[in-house]
Amino acid sequence: MTSKEIIALLPFQEPFLFVDELTDISVDGMRGSYTFSSSAFFYQGHFRDHPITPGVILTETMAQIGVVCLGIYIIKKEKGEYPDKSRIALTSHQIDFYHPVMPGEKVMVVSEKVYFRFHKLKCKVAMYNQQDELVCRGTIAGMINPQDDE
Amino acid sequence: MEKEELITKLKKIVLPYIQDQEAFDHLSEETRFITDLKINSANLVDVILDVEDEFDIRIENEEMEQMVSVVAAMNIITAKMGKQ
Repeated sequence: MTSKEIIALLPFQEPFLFVDELTDISVDGMRGSYTFSSSAFFYQGHFRDHPITPGVILTETMAQIGVVCLGIYIIKKEKGEYPDKSRIALTSHQIDFYHPVMPGEKVMVVSEKVYFRFHKLKCKVAMYNQQDELVCRGTIAGMINPQDDE
Repeated sequence: MEKEELITKLKKIVLPYIQDQEAFDHLSEETRFITDLKINSANLVDVILDVEDEFDIRIENEEMEQMVSVVAAMNIITAKMGKQ
């Protein structure tokens, strides 16, 4: 599967799609990047007159690249297809933050699968900036329920 | 393994994931993980993985679906451990 094929299966769209490209794709982990547009909606309010990318958006970016893209890839690889109507949910995350991300910055996300069992995917995920500094890292887990299981 | 010992081990495993303390305090064989203890489905996976580690067994998908209550879990654990 190519980066474009995986991204096309994501259930997100603008203004809440935070994946530009996947560069390393395997069943054990995912690597990808995203550039935060200076005109993104959340900079109007976070913070007033002082735009910084919100931590929840960094967490979401790590979840989309590191967990959702990985989950789609694993299911497609195991079952031959990723059902169109699959539903996903974030179930837990624990993240530590080290560096702010400014408007217009590009970030890299690297994830490593801890386990994928009983529809739950748990990963260790880290984000780096263009200077290769650690922005944030932690653990994110989610559930993917293929529609055909119900 | 004695029934009491098994229940004690299960109680220790589920404790971090429960929402209903009162149901936990009155835990019996009939207690159900999701309906009574209000464990969410994602944490139920963690319970199953912890059970696998604690008892050194492997739970399959169909067995996981059956493990809705303490007694169902005890039956599956006991059967699995007997086979080893």
